[in-house]
Amino acid sequence: MANNTSQEGSPQLKPDTSEETPPPLPPRPENLTFLAGSGRPQSSAGSVKGTQRGSLRPSLLQSKATTALSLEGSGQYTHGETISGSSTPSRQPSLANIGYNYMRSASDVDDTASIRSAVPPSESGVGDVESLLGDVVTERDQTAFESVASVRQDPGLFEETLFGDAAELEKEFETELDEIDELKTDGSNQESVMKAWRSKLKHYLILSSAGKPIYSRHGDDHLITNYIGIIQTIISFYNSADDPLRSFTAGDARFAILSRGYLNLVAISRLHESFSELRAQLEALYMQILSTLTLPNMERMFSSRPSTDLRRPLQGTESLLSALADGFTRGSPSTLLSALECLKLRKAHRNAINNTLLKCRTPSLLYGLIVANGRLVSVVRPKKHSLHPGDLHLVFNMLFEAGGVKAGGGENWIPLCLPGFNNTGYLYMYVSFLSASRDGVEVEERRTADGKGEGEVAIIFISANKEGFFELRQMRNDLIEQMSKNGSLDHILESVSQGRSSCTDILPGTVLRHFLYKSRSNVQYCMSSYDPFFSTPFSRRRLLSIYGDLHAQLHSRPVRLKIHYTTSTSYVALAWSSPVFELYCVAPASTSRAALAQAATALVNWAKRSEERLFLIGGAVF
Amino acid sequence: MADSGAGSAPKPSSSVKLVLLGEAAVGKSSLVMRFVNNDFQENKEPTIGAAFLTQKCTLPTRTIKFEIWDTAGQERFASLAPMYYRNAQAALVVYDITKASSLTKAQHWVAELQRQASPGIVIALVGNKADLANPSSGTDEEGAEPPAAPPSGPTDTDAPADADGAGVPADGEDASAPPSGADSDDGADGDDAAADARKVPMRTAKAYADEEGLLFFETSAKTGANVAAVFTAIANAIPETSLKGSRGGVGGQTSLGAGRGQEGDRVNLTGRAGDMGAKEGCAC
Repeated sequence: MANNTSQEGSPQLKPDTSEETPPPLPPRPENLTFLAGSGRPQSSAGSVKGTQRGSLRPSLLQSKATTALSLEGSGQYTHGETISGSSTPSRQPSLANIGYNYMRSASDVDDTASIRSAVPPSESGVGDVESLLGDVVTERDQTAFESVASVRQDPGLFEETLFGDAAELEKEFETELDEIDELKTDGSNQESVMKAWRSKLKHYLILSSAGKPIYSRHGDDHLITNYIGIIQTIISFYNSADDPLRSFTAGDARFAILSRGYLNLVAISRLHESFSELRAQLEALYMQILSTLTLPNMERMFSSRPSTDLRRPLQGTESLLSALADGFTRGSPSTLLSALECLKLRKAHRNAINNTLLKCRTPSLLYGLIVANGRLVSVVRPKKHSLHPGDLHLVFNMLFEAGGVKAGGGENWIPLCLPGFNNTGYLYMYVSFLSASRDGVEVEERRTADGKGEGEVAIIFISANKEGFFELRQMRNDLIEQMSKNGSLDHILESVSQGRSSCTDILPGTVLRHFLYKSRSNVQYCMSSYDPFFSTPFSRRRLLSIYGDLHAQLHSRPVRLKIHYTTSTSYVALAWSSPVFELYCVAPASTSRAALAQAATALVNWAKRSEERLFLIGGAVF
Repeated sequence: MADSGAGSAPKPSSSVKLVLLGEAAVGKSSLVMRFVNNDFQENKEPTIGAAFLTQKCTLPTRTIKFEIWDTAGQERFASLAPMYYRNAQAALVVYDITKASSLTKAQHWVAELQRQASPGIVIALVGNKADLANPSSGTDEEGAEPPAAPPSGPTDTDAPADADGAGVPADGEDASAPPSGADSDDGADGDDAAADARKVPMRTAKAYADEEGLLFFETSAKTGANVAAVFTAIANAIPETSLKGSRGGVGGQTSLGAGRGQEGDRVNLTGRAGDMGAKEGCAC
């Protein structure tokens, strides 16, 4: 598939040369019961069987690891982790490509042919719809062969699908975020509902350690009860052996499990995200729950009654969880990099805003933020407290993705816990949206209720004082007045309307199509605009998958790479990590390695030069 | 939201602090959005914490500026409610006419307000989602008028006032007919009853409201029916004495003495508010 160049990297990295000459595949097992089941209900029984099989772990482990080793070095980690449930972070079996799913479906239909030769993905991806949880039924060995097969096929596939067509998957992705119909009481639509549920590429389930459902992205209780039961059985099986299950693969679906206190969170993905990525997403969902309840509250509920139904106290926050989940499904650079994006502003302009914030500050204020379209403009904070990116991500999600707060109009006073700051208590958040009307001087409060618009600026003040609303409201009025007067508001709105720059705006003539640049010390990132090359949601998703894979390659233990270079016939990608920054970028396949390296260097130099524009350094501190 | 009184001679203006309480998903935010923006959103996401909005309401003799606290209905926010109803001069306690438990919750709120809020607080009990009810269902179970007349009185007359004053869309006027007790022309109860989602008879809620001395309305935030009427009625029901200050706190204090005595008044206010609403409407 790809060339891994690890400059100063470690030699332990598995040689990828094996891929050049793939060894012959072992014969396919006879018992191809895979996908034979036409009716889904049996999947529950099948999965329980799968769990029992878990008791044979030692022997399984051996057999599968051996298989993986002999065929594909990089698959080794995945399977090793899969089976042992050890704490090794996941390794991508190869370059993460979404076409993987596609391949699977082809091989489902037409088994041996697609494994042995690089058959381009056909249109007959019948298995796609069927394959999410149904694969739990399949023989484990089967699964191993399947994934090995697809790994081996990656390169060819990638060419076809990266920027080319993957119509089937794209179609699925288009409807991914649609709601599933409710199950009718007479069960007349059961089949279609189940089918819709299974066709989702991504599922998130949250359950209590007692096995009570808490949240599911798709499907209501009736629909997911069986699956919750299965998952619970599997998780508790491993827990009872004191060897908590962290992840496993079933067919083309990856399952990541995060156990936190009384909660088990499960992500199921057919988007080929790495396990560490999935777990980071689950961590964010867990933070959202803490943000609603606080840790001590939740622990009290469960310790007094382990069978507590957490949906009741969480009532009304489903939309926040779903907004987070959908953000992950669409692809979230912020979660991938654990960093925030900042609005690009001239240093002098940003300083002016910082100073205005400091000037208007009232005693109750803990943190003050100005955020434009989910991008940080300025922060005012006490010297001894910084802000946790995860916390801010939750706040941004609530305000800019979930839309409930914004749509209500008016000003808001929201009690919330910022778990990264302090997971034991509530803070109070004052929120006011400004409309992005460009008349500047008179900035009207948002009165309209149009869902998501561009250019929304939110004033966010966080206080520990429950009664601080009117004080902070006054501060906001002062702030807006000052910022209108000194032109800061105009600067913000102007930058918002300009949007992100494209790569060629930044570096004329560059070969780069897109990049992500994270400043480690500021825990912020900047990126180029998605347009014109990644303007559809699906192309963004794929881009983020490439980044996800690069990120996993850089950060996977035991090897830590400095530079990771990947090629396919349709693109080349580079990940570059230094103590100061992380850079991820892609360019067309025709780009030579030297040209890419040169472009990346130029970009890093640009970022260094523009650091104070791109990032909020320190913010206003009091 | 336009202050239609601005053109004429300045009227005395005062602020009224109003709080909305009620079970989750009964339509508190939708009522406010209808009142403030004359807008409606299907499947609105739940309010988190509380939202603060303002809206002016012009009466013939004065302008009332409502400072509205729209609170979240979820159980976990209940402990924060005192912060919002403390010093409030008016409260809208909202229930969903298609959900019986929401009236019970509303009654709890009323009891809490009577126990702990400013004694002079004007409380309106509002049954929302009236558009989901069969037109005749509000009154059919009692079969006749006498007890139901007061609520339907203001409703009948207010609906046009809404439409004129608040610019409710044309269909708003049609749709405002249902809760107005237009049972007379709608003899065929039988077949309509099948589609009726109403679970709380208007009579039950009305009887409770009368007993407790509350204003009572059935509204539809979706069609706009009766929404402005509620706020107008509240504006009219706020005693002059409590309007001297512009902040709720002051008002709450001044009305302290009169508080107990008003228990009796409130029942009368219901009727009177209706009359006034009919004549004036809310010009916002």
